[in-house]
Amino acid sequence: MKIHEYQAKELFKRYNIPIPKGSVAFNPDEAGKIAGDLGQFPVVVKAQIHAGGRGKGGGVKLAGSMDEVATISGDIIGMNLVTHQTGPEGRIVKKVLVEQGLNIAKELYLSIIPDRETAKVVIMASEAGGMDIEEVAAATPEKIIKVYIDPLMGIQPYHCRQVAFGLNMAPAVMKPFVAMLSSLYRLFMDYDCSLVEINPLVITAEQTVIALDAKVDFDDNALYRHKDILEYRDIDEEDPLEVEASKFNLNYIKLDGNVGNMVNGAGLAMATMDIIKLAGAEPANFLDVGGGASAEMVENGFRIMLGDENVKGILINIFGGILRCDVLAKGVVSAAEKVGISVPVVVRMEGTNVEEGRKILADSGLNLITAADMKDAAQKVAQFVADK
Amino acid sequence: MSIFVDKNTRLMVQGITGKEGQFHARQCIDYGTNVVAGVTPGKGGQKMDDVPVFNTVKDAVRQTGANCSMVFVPPAFAADAIMEATDAGVDLIVAITEGIPVMDMVKVKNYLKGAGSRLIGPNCPGIITPGACKIGIMPGPIHKPGGPIGVVSRSGTLTYEVVHQLTLKGIGQTTCIGIGGDPVNGTNFIDCLEAFEKDSDTSGIVMVGEIGGTAEEQAAEFIIQHVTKPVVGFIAGLTAPPGRRMGHAGAIISGSSGTAQGKIDAMKAAGIHICENLGTFGELCAEVFS
Repeated sequence: MKIHEYQAKELFKRYNIPIPKGSVAFNPDEAGKIAGDLGQFPVVVKAQIHAGGRGKGGGVKLAGSMDEVATISGDIIGMNLVTHQTGPEGRIVKKVLVEQGLNIAKELYLSIIPDRETAKVVIMASEAGGMDIEEVAAATPEKIIKVYIDPLMGIQPYHCRQVAFGLNMAPAVMKPFVAMLSSLYRLFMDYDCSLVEINPLVITAEQTVIALDAKVDFDDNALYRHKDILEYRDIDEEDPLEVEASKFNLNYIKLDGNVGNMVNGAGLAMATMDIIKLAGAEPANFLDVGGGASAEMVENGFRIMLGDENVKGILINIFGGILRCDVLAKGVVSAAEKVGISVPVVVRMEGTNVEEGRKILADSGLNLITAADMKDAAQKVAQFVADK
Repeated sequence: MSIFVDKNTRLMVQGITGKEGQFHARQCIDYGTNVVAGVTPGKGGQKMDDVPVFNTVKDAVRQTGANCSMVFVPPAFAADAIMEATDAGVDLIVAITEGIPVMDMVKVKNYLKGAGSRLIGPNCPGIITPGACKIGIMPGPIHKPGGPIGVVSRSGTLTYEVVHQLTLKGIGQTTCIGIGGDPVNGTNFIDCLEAFEKDSDTSGIVMVGEIGGTAEEQAAEFIIQHVTKPVVGFIAGLTAPPGRRMGHAGAIISGSSGTAQGKIDAMKAAGIHICENLGTFGELCAEVFS
């Protein structure tokens, strides 16, 4: 799960990680009031969306006066912000973070993630902090320091020293930096984060260490033990069909194509998307109904796929293991009766109880197209879409 | 022969009295797996059908000689169950459970280092030596006993698809292993490739990967150095968009790493026969393994 920068900074505050003074605003009036309370200029106005690259996209601006705060926040709130992480469709900005400007002496990069290969927690840091960190990592990986921590041992002072000396930290900021890094690690572990990132972490001219930005992502599998974090969820940042799907425990991701597809199992679902493309069409979604899907889940999956107006044909690909083919077939029939199916539907079933499943579909009187195997199914659905 | 499991495997099921655990324990017994014990804390002394249930893994091992465990414990308690089995000296632990928090698995993996247990999974379909021993949730009848092909995969139903196509072509399997779709897991591709290379009954290997991480790239490196048997590979996720988690927690493309194309290129460079169209997987295998 992702949260906004201002929410991540609330968490930082709880862990005594220094952040700039400021607050979140939903309209220019509120932005002006916050700027007034800060009592100094310039202030920074930052678009709050769940994506990086906001500065380059024009969603972060400096304001030197109250008038500028009003104009800039008015421009940013409501704008469609396009960054390399939002995709070309962009994201509508609904709120801004208004913060004090700082006298920046140096910009650093700092993050903590779990490392899948070594099964350690890794701290990554770089003196080349700022907007282009992804390019730094790709072009000059030696500029990124990595310190691995055994989670059973936890963070030790020498880990922090390795990072601090690696960043050529001045003696005056060494102590506050080490304290901040330990706190950040604690936050990461306490909340089952999948990412904590500060870019940039700034050293000010006054020799203080401050998290100018804050990004915190959480492991969805661990949210059950962090109920307080669930309050940070912002449904406006999610696709409405994906939100609807999550209510029924369906794993759905909307894509740009025209062939809806419903599959059991993530790997087979991805492979089905790929084979649709190979057949000359484009997948409209990823939809994994999971191993233990019920007839009701299948029905809801159908409804969600049909909710996407780009869908011109549907491919159902089920390899019955735990999910039996007869259960799937009942779900399809019931969905067709309740929702009404307006586009061609190709069904490919294999595995447990496949004969019963096929019989249910054949006896339903519905106009479903059955396919012999995956290749056949993809070709058939691509043909229907092309004929439209 | 086979790898990791065979007729002599003595299986216990952790979480045997739960709905899933019970259903699949019975399926495994029906397939011919020697299920000797179940473990559910607080239900020691009971029986699930003819299988004795114990309170702790240690009790089950001591009284039945179980040397392998299949874990069906819910995600919040699964890491604990895996560590309990490790602590009791169980040789092989197969964790089916989906949705275990990543940090729990990070801890488990560090705990497993230096211990004698092998972990398969989590979030996996399990392992099967067709005709001898099924430990997991895969449908038994799609498999063909007798070899000569070993199958290793990160996915569940995608593995069934691949195995089914092999069987339809008359190609049997020595052992099929699903290593699971989570970012942090136990047994990896390389462990399985190494074991298949050593297994005299296995003459060819099928390797099924997907987007995310660098496991396939590392496996390709290993194949260049150490594998002499022919390998057919497939990678799912060519059309997956970056930055989105495609069902499996491990299946996410971040930055430039973990893309399907990058994996395919690395595997081709290692001499692996890549199947571009899953619909023709069986045909390619028949050609390569003939």
